[in-house]
Amino acid sequence: MRLRNPFGRKPKEFPSHLWTQCPSCGEMLFNKQLERNHNVCQKCGHHFKLDAAGRVELLADARSFTETDADIVSSDPLGFVDSKPYPERIAAAQAKTGHKDAVLTGDATISAIPIVLAVMDFEFMGGSMGSVVGEKLTRAAERAFAERKPLVIVSASGGARMQEGTIALMQLAKTVAALARLDEARIPFISVLTDPTTGGVLASFASLGDIVLAEPGALIGFSGARVTSETIGEKLPKGFQRAEFLVEHGFVDQVVPRTQLKERIAFFLNAFRIAGQDLRWSL
Amino acid sequence: MLDRIVRTRRAGEGNGHLAIEAGLVTDATQLAAGRPTAWQAVQTARNIARPHAVEIIGRVFDRFQELHGDRAFRDDPAIVGGIAELAGRPVMIVAQQKGASTEENIQRNFGMPYPEGYRKGMRLYRLAEKFHLPLVTLVDTPGAYPGPEAEERGQAEAIASSIQLMTRLATPIVVVVLGEGGSGGALALGVGDVVLALENATYSVISPEGCAAILWRSASEAERAAAAMKLAGPDLLETGVVDALIREPAGGAHTDHDATAAAIKTALIAQVERLARVPIADLLSLRYERFRAFGTIVEPSGGQAPAPPRPWWRRILSSAIRNPTAGGES
Repeated sequence: MRLRNPFGRKPKEFPSHLWTQCPSCGEMLFNKQLERNHNVCQKCGHHFKLDAAGRVELLADARSFTETDADIVSSDPLGFVDSKPYPERIAAAQAKTGHKDAVLTGDATISAIPIVLAVMDFEFMGGSMGSVVGEKLTRAAERAFAERKPLVIVSASGGARMQEGTIALMQLAKTVAALARLDEARIPFISVLTDPTTGGVLASFASLGDIVLAEPGALIGFSGARVTSETIGEKLPKGFQRAEFLVEHGFVDQVVPRTQLKERIAFFLNAFRIAGQDLRWSL
Repeated sequence: MLDRIVRTRRAGEGNGHLAIEAGLVTDATQLAAGRPTAWQAVQTARNIARPHAVEIIGRVFDRFQELHGDRAFRDDPAIVGGIAELAGRPVMIVAQQKGASTEENIQRNFGMPYPEGYRKGMRLYRLAEKFHLPLVTLVDTPGAYPGPEAEERGQAEAIASSIQLMTRLATPIVVVVLGEGGSGGALALGVGDVVLALENATYSVISPEGCAAILWRSASEAERAAAAMKLAGPDLLETGVVDALIREPAGGAHTDHDATAAAIKTALIAQVERLARVPIADLLSLRYERFRAFGTIVEPSGGQAPAPPRPWWRRILSSAIRNPTAGGES
């Protein structure tokens, strides 16, 4: 028989499909209300993860998002098998998320400004970047370049997809090469880092925004905290690799609460848009 | 609907007039006899007696003058850079340096650069561009240093910027993977017009131990992970990650440093000579295409975007035009 602490609070019973407990303040949140608040705890402002569809709804103007390159799927270049073959993992992730891979790209408007928007979905194999994510982001950047539209990428990823081996690593070079062209053409690129953004994604396009924004408390780092603490053999300080830590060390411009994200992106795009237009007239 | 598998690169293809010379291995089948297992390649690539960058530089180049520091924080001993002559032609060298002994390894941080190491590299890349020096990079690292100081100083940003700078650096770049090509920390020196590797070098997205710890939940499965990731020389040729392999002496590079360096020297002279003749604009667009082509995807629509749904008023309008009597009045 288990001993009960007679002074402890009795655990309350909540059906889990209706309620979610906030890991930060312990408040029980009604799922529907949480969803309406874009997965932010009403009481303490804790940011839960937000899937790609929720992210598009948060940022794009109503009905403005048109998905592109939606049907690209990964082949299995290495014939990779760990505890499951890679194609089975993809199929399971597709069934779980309803998307073909870990990023949605498309055209949208943000406060009436036409942009190219890419949002990653952590639910799809940890948001990992393989050939498909690399290809779709590269095409998004190339389209932004061709149509002279700003690019906004919202990252949520554990890094490169191990199941595609070195080909996945090469996506780092592929995506940043396309962004270099945007940079040279003076087309704005805004990178939004959400929980979590780590590894090869942070070590490529996600770090290279003209403006880099992050959501409160998001885990952002090059190597996993476990690897780091194993390397130095001690526990890491509180707040290590959180969004606020990156602002403090100079690698993120601002921490922006999710509810203000859209208006903040629009502010920067407006500022840059005007500058770009002035420039074009002067030429 | 026609399924289209696009762009699986084959070595040598897609590089146009940058085709690789004889003397190098460009076809994995040439290595079929006695091809080592992935795990053997990992062990050979990590062998402490293998020739490291400084030794290779001393044997391949003349009059090497080392340049230190990132001009912002400090000099990172895990990255060695400087100017030297390659058969009389001045070139810029940026290399990752492992130690040949425990003491040297501690000093060199086992070849794991800090962000300031990559920033030193970027400073030298820009210097090479400014004065039209061909750039030679030598890759040999288990990965970028993952410690907390490295995180504080922006390891990811340093790597990302370094990769991006190389994709658009207006000077010829030849990359040689000497030993371990450890993930993003290697790619930060690894973007070039031609990417060569020693026969027993490896190049991987994550260390076999790291991969095993995540996917098999046990670092002791590293051998399986190494085989699954296809990180050995012949695999890299097949995927096009490297353009050609440089033959090592029988038994591996550690058995004969002089012979290894001589093979690297021959290859470098030929590649730098050839790239120096290509106009920079062509070089840059070929370099873009080289990395743009990586990826194995299936695209059922063949890249044709589905026609966007027409808005309701366009549908009514077009039916009204086609059939004026039925359109407006009914």
